[in-house]
Amino acid sequence: MQYLPLLLLVVMVVGLAVAIMVLSSLIGRKKVSSEKLAPYECGVPLRDSARKNFSVKFYLIAILFILFDVETIYLYPWAVLFRELRLFGVIEMGIFVLILLIGYVYIWKRGALEWD
Amino acid sequence: MDLTIPSTDLTAILPQITLIGAASVLLLLSLSDRLRRAMPYLALLALAVVAVQVAGLWGQAPRSFTDMMVRDDFTGFADLIFIAGAILTILISVAYAETHGIDRGEYYALILFAVSGMSLMAASVDLFTFFLSLEVLSISLYVLIGFERGEPMSNEGALKYFLLGAFASGFILYGIALIYGATGTTHYQDLTTFVNHAVPGPKNLLLLAGLGLLLVGLGFKVSMAPFHGWTPDVYQGAPTPISAFMATGSKAAGFAVLIRVFASVFAELRVDWVPLLWGLTVLTMTIGNIVALVQTDLKRLLAYSSIAHAGYMLLAIVAGGAEGSSSILFYLLVYTLMNVAAFGVIAVLSAKGEASHTLDEIAGLGVRRPALAAVMAVAMFSLAGIPPTAGFMAKFYVFSAVVKADFLGLAVIGVLNSGVSLYYYLRVVVWMYMRESTRPVPSPADRRLSLNGLAALFISALALLQIGIMPSSLLQIAQRAVLMLR
Repeated sequence: MQYLPLLLLVVMVVGLAVAIMVLSSLIGRKKVSSEKLAPYECGVPLRDSARKNFSVKFYLIAILFILFDVETIYLYPWAVLFRELRLFGVIEMGIFVLILLIGYVYIWKRGALEWD
Repeated sequence: MDLTIPSTDLTAILPQITLIGAASVLLLLSLSDRLRRAMPYLALLALAVVAVQVAGLWGQAPRSFTDMMVRDDFTGFADLIFIAGAILTILISVAYAETHGIDRGEYYALILFAVSGMSLMAASVDLFTFFLSLEVLSISLYVLIGFERGEPMSNEGALKYFLLGAFASGFILYGIALIYGATGTTHYQDLTTFVNHAVPGPKNLLLLAGLGLLLVGLGFKVSMAPFHGWTPDVYQGAPTPISAFMATGSKAAGFAVLIRVFASVFAELRVDWVPLLWGLTVLTMTIGNIVALVQTDLKRLLAYSSIAHAGYMLLAIVAGGAEGSSSILFYLLVYTLMNVAAFGVIAVLSAKGEASHTLDEIAGLGVRRPALAAVMAVAMFSLAGIPPTAGFMAKFYVFSAVVKADFLGLAVIGVLNSGVSLYYYLRVVVWMYMRESTRPVPSPADRRLSLNGLAALFISALALLQIGIMPSSLLQIAQRAVLMLR
């Protein structure tokens, strides 16, 4: 019973969305032009189709970015709890960063960070 | 805020630390080209050190990381299977990697990473550490399968295993979430306590659903039907030594977890999951054996045979108890040896650019290369379960565990299946010894390369015969290993 307001909210949100779409399709004026049917791209005119091959280099950079980005997240809780964790935290994070460093040295030397 | 700093007893995971450390060193060494040829031997050295560590820790049961990792004899025995599998894999890899242009340090580093994942899986006594270890293993395998980057089949196998593996991981995580929701814990010991002290009443459907999802995910990893579809394609596409490594190590790791979770933690819920697993076991054995009958590609044939063997091992999970668990451990070790021998022969034979591993290729092998043919014959007899090979003893212990647990029907189906399998295993032997060769005699240059591989093959074949004739000491070790499971 305590979740009733939440349920009401969900019903209202869905109801409003459906109502707006039904109403605008029923009473709205329809004038189709090629600009209107084009995919929305921040108001900038479309250059060409987005469905084409991207260079595989983008994926490599993206994967490496996610890898190191996500692992940095673990450094923040350590920073907050640095005093409470004392030497234990320093050693643990030292090992963690060392493992990261091995990976970093590897991808650097392998040339994964170079564009060409 | 109060924080309890966990006391860490590193002896519990010393072998795994060594593995990961060695793999990291290998990874860094692979950056320079000078040590390229030494890589496999460095990896072998690391595995030998780990084997000594595992043997040194035998009989103790140190726990670590707030009880999430344990190094009991069960972990130790499983580790020995993984290490044996990895050492033999590396030995058959050396020549194969050189002729196929994949002899890079990363290859061996990834094998060590995979072994560390397997070992952590067997050592995990918490669902989360199990899941993380599984990912360490899986990610290493995804890369290893696709290591022959120029081969379309290798890429196809890697992609298939990756996509389905990601699904399986999802199933496992969902299962863990439901089990946690139902019990409030992910630790094996607390789960055991929860199950054993459950108040009688209606079934805990949430827990059973979680268990079912966990079974789906693990079933995928050990190629249990109906989640076996990836096996033939992946084994066929992967570099042949990696197929051997997957069929042995990855499967053994999956079964180690199945034993810990199903045969031990949730043993009290047997009434609920045994009927399900009974059906799946029969399905797995039958599909594996029937489909293997019509295979002409050796790697696909071995893949279906590996599905069938997963079925035999599942028999022992259904049987349960210490007897079932110890017979699986014994079976896994024997299975590792015979699979490495069979895949190893294919690896030694396969020359660059020949993607097919058809029966034609081994026609007349008994005349062309009698030693290889003899090893293959021992492996086939052992896979079929013909005495005096180890495969017979392994099957014998599994079936006797099943009969003792009063699953007579299941044992009969298993034996019948085993009879069906005779056809396709012996067909390989027939092709080797009773067909005219269609291939030219290999040049001496090919032979020189494969010294390591030959050593691995003869070790496996001799071990198969030795275990087949004198199985009791090994079985006793396996029986002692499962005593600590509780």
